Amino acid sequence: MTATDPQQMSVDDVLPEKQQPSTFALMMRNRSVFWGGILLLIMAAIALIWPFFTGSPTEQNVISRLKPPSADFWFGTDFLGRDIFVRVVHGGRISLVVGISVAAIATVIGLFTGLLAGYVRWLDAPVMRVMDGLMAIPAILLAIAMISISGATLTTVVIAITIPEIPRVVRLVRAVVLTVRDEPYVEAAIASGTRLPAILIRHILPNTIAPMIVQATYICGAAMLTESILGFLGAGIPPEIPSWGNIMSEGRTYFQLTPWIIFYPGVALALTVLAVNIVGDGLRDTLDPRIARKMRA
Amino acid sequence: MTDTQVAAKTTGAAAATPVLEVRNLSVALPKGADRPFAVEDISFTVGAREIVCVVGESGSGKSVTAFTTMGLNPKEVKPVSGEIILQGEDLLKKSDAEMRRLRGEKMAMIFQEPMTALNPVIKVGDQIREMLEIHTDLSAAEQKERVLEVMADVSLPDHVKMYDSYPHQLSGGQRQRIMIAMALALEPGLLIADEPTTALDVTTQAQILDLIKDIQRRHGSGVLFITHDFGVVAEIADRIVVMQKGKIVEQGTRDEILLKPQHPYTKMLIGSVPSMTPSHRVEIDKRSPALIAQKVNKVYGGTGLFRKSREVHANKDVNLVVHRRETLGVVGESGSGKSTLARCIVRLQDPTSGHIEVEGADIATISENAMRPHRRDIQIVFQDPYRSLNPRRTVGQSIVEGPMNFGVSEAEADSRARELMEIVGLSPDALDRFPHQFSGGQRQRICIARALAMQPKVLIADEAVSALDVSVQAQVLDLLDDVRERYDLAMLFITHDLRVAAQICDRIMVMQNGVVVEEGETAKVYADPKHEYTRSLLAAAPGRDVAFAK
Repeated sequence: MTATDPQQMSVDDVLPEKQQPSTFALMMRNRSVFWGGILLLIMAAIALIWPFFTGSPTEQNVISRLKPPSADFWFGTDFLGRDIFVRVVHGGRISLVVGISVAAIATVIGLFTGLLAGYVRWLDAPVMRVMDGLMAIPAILLAIAMISISGATLTTVVIAITIPEIPRVVRLVRAVVLTVRDEPYVEAAIASGTRLPAILIRHILPNTIAPMIVQATYICGAAMLTESILGFLGAGIPPEIPSWGNIMSEGRTYFQLTPWIIFYPGVALALTVLAVNIVGDGLRDTLDPRIARKMRA
Repeated sequence: MTDTQVAAKTTGAAAATPVLEVRNLSVALPKGADRPFAVEDISFTVGAREIVCVVGESGSGKSVTAFTTMGLNPKEVKPVSGEIILQGEDLLKKSDAEMRRLRGEKMAMIFQEPMTALNPVIKVGDQIREMLEIHTDLSAAEQKERVLEVMADVSLPDHVKMYDSYPHQLSGGQRQRIMIAMALALEPGLLIADEPTTALDVTTQAQILDLIKDIQRRHGSGVLFITHDFGVVAEIADRIVVMQKGKIVEQGTRDEILLKPQHPYTKMLIGSVPSMTPSHRVEIDKRSPALIAQKVNKVYGGTGLFRKSREVHANKDVNLVVHRRETLGVVGESGSGKSTLARCIVRLQDPTSGHIEVEGADIATISENAMRPHRRDIQIVFQDPYRSLNPRRTVGQSIVEGPMNFGVSEAEADSRARELMEIVGLSPDALDRFPHQFSGGQRQRICIARALAMQPKVLIADEAVSALDVSVQAQVLDLLDDVRERYDLAMLFITHDLRVAAQICDRIMVMQNGVVVEEGETAKVYADPKHEYTRSLLAAAPGRDVAFAK
């Protein structure tokens, strides 16, 4: 506080600026965010960078079929002699793309719908009943149906997984909006003639960000799992593209002879989803205002 | 219970051996708090048959004192030195198990919020019985008998039937009686009451205070009574301990403190207590009404999808007129419809029917779009300063938002905001700070500045000073009166506090169950209330006949 008229500030002085750690610093202080984040970064880095240094994941080597893991083939080979390691590394891209795009699309659509459903009273009931309907659709059956109609592509799979996730976001956002809309500061904004879009974006949206980030991580993890399940069932990404689910699906026949075909993509999937969920848990702890306040203090 | 007041005032001296003796107690706060100790080196006693009031503003450490005695502090808030001696035993040396036994048997606590302090899914009788189950060897039948006994003791009507009630079926006052019954079940020597009447209406408060005095007299227990309200103190205390920022600044008998305070802080606190005698107001020009409401009705419910739900008439044919430069007070207890009225006038809620005229335009039932241009004319200041400002936006952003909605340029809105900050007694340099950097009183000043930035004709203060400490309350009241005069505002002042209303209102309107039961000039209504309800409200105001030292 710069020097001011002493009478002005005599009432009770403005509190000094508290040294508040930034949200990012707080997140990093949380151990699960930190270690989960590192694990996730490693998995992502491998999936993104390594494929440039390996051969094609579809390259067949008839001589070395169904070889166990060795110095030449780190994760072994499958029944066409394809290098499992190369395939797993490439498959990581698919999982990450599916996870991230499902989380992003579901979040954006859900956020928008949830804001409106929570704030505009007459929209609430119809929107929420539609969401209840969407929630009743099993992701896997929807994907199978969509693929049988429009063919198996990455886009179809992403859309099929996204649709049942949207209602979860909508419900969350709506719940936050319902509590915030009655805050006096929102009412003060209404009383000073602020228009609806500004109220939503300025005063209500920021309150939904923290729970949304947490929800997005869970959606990301769940989407990766669903994608693999679809691949495993043969209802997902077309078999020529190596995704973890596809690799496991192909290895299923030889499971008792050559367990590594299923084992390594399975481990990769488990590690990635685990990392995402750990980060999500950590974020929930840091971003939940009640817990965060304790950490700030 | 008329003799209890006399009794409370005459049993001034403490008994020979105190029930509770706090010696040089210091309680540390966790690192990073605004001060190292929650309470520092405090000493006081509570004698048997004595009510000791610990009084202080928020953050004075009065609740920490109570919670430390009960051993209920969060573990980061640790007593570091001193002794708390309860009937000869030092509580700070006790293990958790021993404390659990002592709580209930030798000391018991009555909390502020009787709704949250009771378990909503257990019958109230069983909740009281739990105390006996844990602490005694009585048989089930004996336990129930004892519960009914204490329930009768706290004057619960039809206590046999009430044994099987759930908390939500009872009124606030009845719930607080249950809490007191629970505290009394084992006849503890010490009762700790932490703001036990703050959440209650004034008439209920008067009954609960009478009950506590009566019980204390009949059971001979010592009472440690935590409060911020000097009216309550005047009503109930034998001795008073005044705390400020964790330290005891003064203690003495009720009359010593209230009538002849020595310490400047005590003097300031007691001097800030608004008087029940209405202050002198200048004559208002009654030819220019700024706000007229006619037959305003607000009905909740009634439109269920499948069946008609219960209708609640929150406002019933309310008429009012507020002139320029005039303050009209609306007083009443919770549920009287006074806040609904305020919200209908600002159009945060839509009145069911009626006329509300501001600047010649009827805004009662027009659409939100048609309402928007009129929003500038009516502004509102809310009760809770901590929730009235968007925590993510700077104070400046909050103040300029309104004017900029109506096309005022950013530069102009900003310079107006700087002016207003000075008028409300804050530095204009504080505009780029966030709300969390301000105290409650300062935030309320900012809210007033935000309302004034719109250059309104009508300012509605909805319990605007109720959440503030008494010293800050006096300052904010002065500010409101000052801006009313400066800007020729018509002010509608909603409050439950008759002391506050007496100080600021030209006229007052008393509401009960959505109906205006009495209206008139403040001085006249206070001196000669016509309606029975007004009389009961005035009679229930705590400490009404105490002339606080000025």
